[in-house]
Amino acid sequence: MLFLLSSCNSSNKKLAQKSEFEKQDFSEGKQVYEDFCMQCHMANGKGVPRAFPPLAKSDYLKNKREASIKAIKYGLSGSITVNGKVYNSNMAPQGLSNKEIADVMNYITNSWGNENTSLITEEEVSKIQR
Amino acid sequence: MKIKTLSLYLFVLISTLSCAQDKNPINTKNTHQIIVPELNNPWGFVFLPDGSILINEKEGKIIHYTNNKKIEITGLPEIYVRGQGGLLDIALHPDFKNNGWIYFSYASPKGENKGGNTAIMRAKIKNNTLIDKQLLYKAEPNTTKGQHFGSRIVFDKNGYLFFTIGERGARDVNPQDLSRDGGKVYRLNDDGSIPKDNPFVNTKGAKKAIWSYGHRNPQGMELHPDTKEIWTHEHGPKGGDEINIIKKGKNYGWPVITYGKNYSGTSITDKTKQKGMEQPLHYWTPSIAPSGMAFINSKKYGDWNGSLLVGSLKFTYLDRCEIKNGKVVKEERLLDGIGRVRSIEQGPDGFIYVGVENLGIVKLIRE
Repeated sequence: MLFLLSSCNSSNKKLAQKSEFEKQDFSEGKQVYEDFCMQCHMANGKGVPRAFPPLAKSDYLKNKREASIKAIKYGLSGSITVNGKVYNSNMAPQGLSNKEIADVMNYITNSWGNENTSLITEEEVSKIQR
Repeated sequence: MKIKTLSLYLFVLISTLSCAQDKNPINTKNTHQIIVPELNNPWGFVFLPDGSILINEKEGKIIHYTNNKKIEITGLPEIYVRGQGGLLDIALHPDFKNNGWIYFSYASPKGENKGGNTAIMRAKIKNNTLIDKQLLYKAEPNTTKGQHFGSRIVFDKNGYLFFTIGERGARDVNPQDLSRDGGKVYRLNDDGSIPKDNPFVNTKGAKKAIWSYGHRNPQGMELHPDTKEIWTHEHGPKGGDEINIIKKGKNYGWPVITYGKNYSGTSITDKTKQKGMEQPLHYWTPSIAPSGMAFINSKKYGDWNGSLLVGSLKFTYLDRCEIKNGKVVKEERLLDGIGRVRSIEQGPDGFIYVGVENLGIVKLIRE
């Protein structure tokens, strides 16, 4: 179903370019997502209006790579704007390891129509300071 | 083209389902006053006889709020802060005035396996430090799963200690197996020993502390002020949050029967009823994500007296449930949009106090 969703938003040319990429296995990140993130951000990554911002087609996630990793690593509070809508809530740090953070970032930045060919590494996560 | 149409249809369907708000009407004739400001996640709190408050912050801090000051209590056990785990509920012994015992639940990494599981400890406070710490229960085995620690604590009218432990993200393994922890309501004596008349003391291989089973993740538990029965609510998956009255040795059905579905929208079971399994007193679809529970048992709120209050994490309001003849006959939203409602207590003054994530503890005022 997720494949259908993402394919829905991609032209055939893009699909061809992606085919190599789709061999990537994001199953570990998916597992982390289902354990720690899905209850708020939902199975389809669309979040909950007013409460939890979407990850699917999220401009924040796409453009603010470091801030996104930082939010998962250390938590996030205060107001952020995602796709033109303001969210003023709080995300607690989930106690994930650097590897789990890299895995889940790679999963969410490559799901629901999101694309990220420059994958996040455990090392990159480890360098991000509070 | 067909695939596109189909996926568009699915897309709309999924978004409709996942974003659906419940239909409870908003009651605007109520407001709040902030009593304890600036808390991150007041998972549990309790009033001391002198009117001050002990507050559990999930991140692993016990705060004594007294004379408008936050004093951090030291000497806590090691706490496993991961996912839904951390420092959780807090309660006083019924005879606290004389013995000083404080009970709290938390996710503990104690033991050999990696990860953590729910633990119950009692201790006293002296000079802002925990002393005489006694670990009364530690669920096994540890797991790195982030879900479903349960963790509400209640004493019944006979002084027994009840607590909940969720199924720790292992629904097909734990809730229906009496030899395993998780997905259960437990009963202990106040010192942690097993009461002789617990339902499964003579069942081979069973965890003797179990009182009822087949639960998913109960984050609300309260003694009914009149009937003195133990009421709980629990999170369903997608839909199927439940209110139950907990009875000795009963099976509440998860995951064999449920009114919920998987988060993805696929089916868990086609059964909502089965012989030998209890039906909920009430269920919510869509899920409100219930946490915290209290009955209004005072004259401060007029005809709301007797109502059941349940916090909604997901839709950020306080749900007032009117109960008649053992059924929820009406629900309405109080404090609509206030934030994720995590914990609820009636204070010694008869007012209702509500712990809200990223806000603090507020007093409910009816206008």
